[in-house]
Amino acid sequence: MPATTSQNRQMTLRYFAWIRERIGRSEEVLTLPTQIVTVDDLIAWLRTRGPEYELAFAKPDVIRIAIDHIHAQSSSQIGTAREIGFFPPVTGG
Amino acid sequence: MISVTIQTADFDTSAEIDSATKDNLGIGAVATFIGKVRGEVDGRPLQSMTLEHYPGMTETELTTIAKAAYERFQLSTVRIVHRVGELTPGNNIVLVIATAPHRQDAFDGCAFLMDYLKTRAPFWKKEVTKDGKGQWVDARQSDDVARDRWDEPQQR
Repeated sequence: MPATTSQNRQMTLRYFAWIRERIGRSEEVLTLPTQIVTVDDLIAWLRTRGPEYELAFAKPDVIRIAIDHIHAQSSSQIGTAREIGFFPPVTGG
Repeated sequence: MISVTIQTADFDTSAEIDSATKDNLGIGAVATFIGKVRGEVDGRPLQSMTLEHYPGMTETELTTIAKAAYERFQLSTVRIVHRVGELTPGNNIVLVIATAPHRQDAFDGCAFLMDYLKTRAPFWKKEVTKDGKGQWVDARQSDDVARDRWDEPQQR
């Protein structure tokens, strides 16, 4: 057994565009269960939190993710990240 | 020199070009791109367009893109101004200035900057047409194709 202590992590989640509208808030601070390792795990957990999350994350393929302001994949490990952003494909310019 | 600004106000293109070129006599070429709000969406008149972004990440991402262009095309200056908030038809959305000793690097640098900005920078557009319908703009696959051309081996 590795000599690490599992701790519940506090994390800021931020939502943008239609994901923000569907969830009904732009950000929140949540304590993540220890079994959440990847962004995929986090999305699966969020979908259990209520119909608004289920609606927002119904199509995970179209969700883009940033970990601490850097583009990431849904398979990325969350590690010690402080902030995770969820958003649709970008449309600026 | 690299400079990135996110703002609600309009920009002054002439003043921005002056600022990007002053005190640098090595600059022989200035390429600019300005993106504007069109007056209709799929044939329906547009009322307004609202641009949302991810404060903090936007600046980081645009600076990363600017540095990549700066190094790849040996640019003299990169200047990006992107507006957010509610805009109306005819308004400016984005200004990109790339300067270099010679024109090809300025042209290529400017195109590279826009292709990456469109596919990587965290901005989202919501359009409201005059019939009152609001809709988030879908990302275009053609923008990904435009960006991916820069992955091909350079023929320079």
